[in-house]
Amino acid sequence: MAEIRKSEGLIDWLDQRLAVKAFMRVMMTEYWIPKNINFLWAMGVVLVVLFGVLLVTGLLLLMYYKPDINLAFDSVNYTIMQEVEYGWLWRHMHGVAASATFLIIYIHLFTGIYYGSYKKGREMIWITGMVLFIAFSAEAFSGYMLPWGQMSYWAAQVITNLFSGIPVIGDDVVIWIRGDYVVADATLTRFFMLHVVLLPLVIIVVIAVHFYSLRFPHVNNQESEVLNFDMESKKFLEGRKKESKVVPFWPVFLSKDFFVVGFFMTVFFALVCYQFDFAMDPINFEPANSMKTPAHIYPEWYFLWNYEVLRGFFFDIGGMAAMDIGLIAFVIANIVFMVLPFLDRNPMNTAPAHKRPVFKYWFWLLVCDMIVLTVYGKLPPTGVNAWVGFVAAVVFLGLFIALPFITKHEAKGDAQ
Amino acid sequence: MREIKILAIVLFFTAVTYWGVEPYAHSQMHPHVAPADFSFKDIEPLHVNGNIENGQVLVEANCIACHSIKTLGLEAPMSVEDAASAYGVVPPDLSHAGVIYDKNYLAGFLKDPVGATNLSHKFGDAKPYAMPSYSFLSEQEIADVVAYLKNIVATKASDKTVFEEACGRCHSMKYDGLKAQTPNAFIKSYLGAEAPDVSMMIRSKKAEYLSTFINEPTKMVEGIAMPRVGLTEASQDQVINYMESVGDRKKAERESLGLKLIGFMAIFTLIAYLWKVQIWKEVE
Repeated sequence: MAEIRKSEGLIDWLDQRLAVKAFMRVMMTEYWIPKNINFLWAMGVVLVVLFGVLLVTGLLLLMYYKPDINLAFDSVNYTIMQEVEYGWLWRHMHGVAASATFLIIYIHLFTGIYYGSYKKGREMIWITGMVLFIAFSAEAFSGYMLPWGQMSYWAAQVITNLFSGIPVIGDDVVIWIRGDYVVADATLTRFFMLHVVLLPLVIIVVIAVHFYSLRFPHVNNQESEVLNFDMESKKFLEGRKKESKVVPFWPVFLSKDFFVVGFFMTVFFALVCYQFDFAMDPINFEPANSMKTPAHIYPEWYFLWNYEVLRGFFFDIGGMAAMDIGLIAFVIANIVFMVLPFLDRNPMNTAPAHKRPVFKYWFWLLVCDMIVLTVYGKLPPTGVNAWVGFVAAVVFLGLFIALPFITKHEAKGDAQ
Repeated sequence: MREIKILAIVLFFTAVTYWGVEPYAHSQMHPHVAPADFSFKDIEPLHVNGNIENGQVLVEANCIACHSIKTLGLEAPMSVEDAASAYGVVPPDLSHAGVIYDKNYLAGFLKDPVGATNLSHKFGDAKPYAMPSYSFLSEQEIADVVAYLKNIVATKASDKTVFEEACGRCHSMKYDGLKAQTPNAFIKSYLGAEAPDVSMMIRSKKAEYLSTFINEPTKMVEGIAMPRVGLTEASQDQVINYMESVGDRKKAERESLGLKLIGFMAIFTLIAYLWKVQIWKEVE
């Protein structure tokens, strides 16, 4: 054991027992960030803040929510929204933060793709990020069930039913997931458990791994410039701050993040108080009714692109049922981003998209295609809409099939 | 500056996505219908002035055998349970009927209840409507009844009273402790569908939809069991206000707190910006 001497103050007392000074150095004041980054790199911190908002408001909601199909709807819409002081605020913050989290995740994800941040030693950052995306998706879906409104019920019915597409055991898997033959009380209580305990724990652990995986390859920068962090940080510590290409996480980088977070939270509270309906489907203010199907069933906006890939294949092709093709495409769409680092076959080029001759078209086409999928994922799949959805789904899959060839071709150009 | 350009691009794509999944999708899924029209054009307007005294005689002879007029101390002749099982639905109290319903609608309703309520898809010879037609009365007598009903309304009904008289026979508002006067099982066998609790309707349907829907339900949902009740524009606004006061009780608090929260974050952002400029001066 280290020798413990009389402390000179609280910090010193803690330092002798927990090495807080060394910890602060490693985590904050000597955790080096490239200077050459823009506000898009603040999205990670925005996400941390949003996750904090979700956690705190979620705990407050948990005090009054009742996970029982006879009580759930009223516990949310009456007890929390009307009786509990500021219950509406916690609920709106929770709902809007869930939606905003996905918006920021998508910006974060496209930033990573644009600047090639998934390549060259940063694969684990990318993969853990995609694991987080899936965990957040499960978290969002299980949470959407809880108010037990019409869309909660029917979305759960449709999504859980997807698993019946699994060969041989599909139907049994659906019953196993629901805990009943239909979406019912057993489904609600287990989704409640997933939403408030298991999935948040998974998310917290994966966030920690995501941060940890950043420490070795370091954060990428706007020009994808390869920096010698040891040399640059030495300059900084010697006082040559302007010359050094890196800055410490605290206070320099975070000072910028605070500004971005402040700007974002200003918009966030405007949404919470005046424009919350974008994150709350009005149909969900009708209590769940298993006898009455809503005219249109669609998931929340952040799953629409995925949903459209699923239902984009609306006719049988070559003896394969439309439903099966859709399901396969859906599964591919859910995992294809995970393997992106290995689909990009240009080993040299980690430059931002605008400096890559072919990849830049690929990137913007992907963004546009996902927006088309998102919009058409909500529209009724009839007439022209069905065909737009089909084409957009084919383009989506096609883009990922083409990526290795495009980047390989690009690599040849780079070598010359 | 580069960051402004990046921000513009991010905002552009966010806005396009928002436009696509909100306003555009809604316009596609909910085709436009003509807004609420309180002229009741399909009903022939009254063109004679009513006589109040004669109206009183007619109401006492024809109406109070089934209807109550509580403001005059006239209670319903049957208990709600008996009335519900006899008629299928509890007959409405007429205390404010002369004012909350449109004059021409009331006259049209007396002559042809099924036609005025737009319920011909639910009622006919095989299944008669509880309210009989008074088409045997003369135009003058109909006008007399309407004039009398209008005359007995002494004070303006509260939003809640309008709701209770116009909607409360079928619909509950449980978040305000109001239970439908007719038990739901009766309504189901009478109209073919249960009448939903409307506590949250202001949020699930929104005021704009409700204003057209209440005015003319079949315009919004074909074959619906809900009758056209013939509210005047002012009374309908009172119903919607009441629904908002129950379903969106914290609206005022939300809107005033919103300004404070936004103001707080704006000041925070400004301070954070100044701090950032100061810190980055050393490194840039």
